[in-house]
Amino acid sequence: MRKNSTKLIFLAVLAIICILLYGFYDIKGGFDYAFPRRMIRVTAMVVTAIAIAYSTVVFQTITHNRILTPSMMGLDSMYEVVQTLIYFFAGSMSVWVLNKYLNFGAAIFAMVLFALILYRFLFRADKHPIYLLLLIGMIIGTLLGSLVTFLQVLIDPVEYLSLQNRLFATFSNVKADLLYISIGILLIAFIYGYRIMGKLDVMSLGRENAMNLGVNYDRMVMKILILSSVLIATSTALVGPITFFGLIVANLSYQYLVTYKHSILILGASLIAIIALVGGQFLVEHIFELRTTLSVIINFVGGIYFIYLLLKESRAAG
Amino acid sequence: MIEIKGLTKRFGKKPVVEDVSVTIEPGTITSFIGPNGAGKSTLLSMVSRLLEADTGEVLLDQGNVKKWKSSEFAKRVSILKQSNYLNVRLTVRELIAFGRYPYSKGRLTAEDEKFVDQALVYMNLTEMQDKLLDELSGGQKQRAFIAMVIAQDTDYVLLDEPLNNLDMKHSVQIMKILRKLVDELGKTVVIVLHDINFASVYSDRIVALKDGKLVKNGPTHEIINSDALREIYDMDIPIQEQNGCRICVYFNSHA
Repeated sequence: MRKNSTKLIFLAVLAIICILLYGFYDIKGGFDYAFPRRMIRVTAMVVTAIAIAYSTVVFQTITHNRILTPSMMGLDSMYEVVQTLIYFFAGSMSVWVLNKYLNFGAAIFAMVLFALILYRFLFRADKHPIYLLLLIGMIIGTLLGSLVTFLQVLIDPVEYLSLQNRLFATFSNVKADLLYISIGILLIAFIYGYRIMGKLDVMSLGRENAMNLGVNYDRMVMKILILSSVLIATSTALVGPITFFGLIVANLSYQYLVTYKHSILILGASLIAIIALVGGQFLVEHIFELRTTLSVIINFVGGIYFIYLLLKESRAAG
Repeated sequence: MIEIKGLTKRFGKKPVVEDVSVTIEPGTITSFIGPNGAGKSTLLSMVSRLLEADTGEVLLDQGNVKKWKSSEFAKRVSILKQSNYLNVRLTVRELIAFGRYPYSKGRLTAEDEKFVDQALVYMNLTEMQDKLLDELSGGQKQRAFIAMVIAQDTDYVLLDEPLNNLDMKHSVQIMKILRKLVDELGKTVVIVLHDINFASVYSDRIVALKDGKLVKNGPTHEIINSDALREIYDMDIPIQEQNGCRICVYFNSHA
């Protein structure tokens, strides 16, 4: 217990150092110009980091695995599908695009629906081996990706440019207009999360044990899936999809903080995520001087880590 | 008192449990026995609300179990299923402490700790309370899970084949502990058993199922005789008396 609190403080200090470095290092030109811009970006990164860490940990608890993440099951591709469909059918001047809350709401709605359907068919039966689920996730991702490309080819080029601009959110090009609503969503998620931490711990014992201990398991799974989808929608809208990020931070947290307590696991994963995102972006901007992007690095490191986890899992199973 | 009234469950079209009505007498060990696929585990799952019945109802103190609040029900009835694979790393003590969740919601009080200590003593696990579950043998792990439901301190303890994969010594240990739970603490134990001799030696009442239907229900001595057993298992099973225990010698009988 005590050891874990020391580890959390260490992570928190590291995270703060990263944030300060990113905010103050080598500010050229007007401080008044650069600093607020950096702060907006850093806030967006922190929000994204927490949203991905939080949603991945709870998703892995209800699906009882440590490899699949919401992104890998194609959840964030769903965001692109929704945006493309909106542009395809309603156009860039429609209320669905111009009203950013309506736009965001539509994306969240579709993603929640998608997650619930996915859960109903893939995880409810609880019998599919993890490799099959992974394969299905990859196929769904490719299918949605192809659908997006197909529709984009048909769209009017001017419309397409506008759509591209919306979809090409990156860490260097944060969609700051959604920042306030994202912070709001995150706060609500945390207030709700505070009440269900104990239930999450019990749910990690499996459906039957959790029900035995008086947790209304199936209803909780629905609620947590919705929570997880909303968080992924938030992060995707802010900075675009980053497939392997959730996997890395959740598993590092499990490995570093050996505990079953979700309050600690989620906090740890969030801090690790902040360090990786803000620290990583700092390196990209100041060391690599923008010759590469953070998403590329994350997917590179994450992909290797993912293969390592798969090999470890198969050795444990065999 | 738990009353099972006309319970039916179908998987697809095939009925797995068909119109079963049984009353569980408080303060006894009741064993569910029967051939493979008789519906014993399914019946137990419906009693404990893990599975919803198609028709019929289960009453706990005259109230339908579906209407009980989950958190209140968990203070009255506990269930332990066969497979207990965990993908979280827990120590023995942490697992047992989960048994107190219905009362403390994760924040253990001094009283909760007392129940955990008692459960540790009861299952003979005090010395290994800080070991991780993956370091334990199958028998020790099973005992840790049973300790969890003991810490849950419910009037009714439902166990689905708790002797699975256990050797003779540990099986006897566990059955003796269940007997103590009933005789000393006044609990009611309902248990699905595969070995009829454990049912014969340790239980007060036996409920026999076959093809989803109730075939026998009564005190142990009424069920453990060659005629009743033939009806349940389609086997001629001679019975021998040994120190007042009736032992079924089924190993070389004609099937």
